[in-house]
Amino acid sequence: MQTVTNDPSAPAAIRVQARLFALYREAAGSDMLAVQVPADSTVRDLWGHLLTAQPQLERAGAMMAATAFAVNGTWARPDQALHDGDEVAFLPPVSGG
Amino acid sequence: MSDANPSAPAFGPFEVTADPLSADQLAAAVQTAGDGAVVLFIGLVRDNHQGKRVIALEYEAYPELAVREMRALSEAVAAQYGLHGIGIRHRIGRLAVGEVSVIIAVAAPHRAAAFAACADALDRLKATVPVWKKEWYTDGSAWIGQAAG
Repeated sequence: MQTVTNDPSAPAAIRVQARLFALYREAAGSDMLAVQVPADSTVRDLWGHLLTAQPQLERAGAMMAATAFAVNGTWARPDQALHDGDEVAFLPPVSGG
Repeated sequence: MSDANPSAPAFGPFEVTADPLSADQLAAAVQTAGDGAVVLFIGLVRDNHQGKRVIALEYEAYPELAVREMRALSEAVAAQYGLHGIGIRHRIGRLAVGEVSVIIAVAAPHRAAAFAACADALDRLKATVPVWKKEWYTDGSAWIGQAAG
């Protein structure tokens, strides 16, 4: 588990877990990141924050357009609002079968 | 279960597992007394991809969401083709060439629906179920399905 924090002086913050798979997991070096973000953050905001904090994600090919999202085990849209304690999964294009 | 009520769908199992997969076991699990056909898709680890020699495949899943998505696609396929039973198991972990990566079993009253439904279920699985494969070569490895890399 790694901890990534942004501006600690932000007035209202929530703590969420970012869950990463496959290429993203390997690029970040962890399958779960504890992240603190502003209370009004969306899934898109969190992903943008992670791409900034973990530049190796983008170098590995992680892109907003190709990534699917899930919050607490259910598919989510990029504009979904986050709440304290949410687990947010970032899914590269699937390749099962 | 051969003594199942023929009108009751035998949904499942839907599973992501590190254990080896058995086609016989899954076929038996989906068939009901009203079925005249079971069609199985058995996915295998192939020794090549786009001209490169593949020595192993490594599968990773988001298990909770993968199982939920298997169930959702199966409900859609069952309704579309009038199935009595459908089950899907996908293996995770590192698999050698020749090992079984996925099995889809579809039971239906008649063969035409069973063949069509099985093919449709596989297409949907490949498009939506959160599972990823990494190919291992003699000289490295690569995740498949990425826009870059």
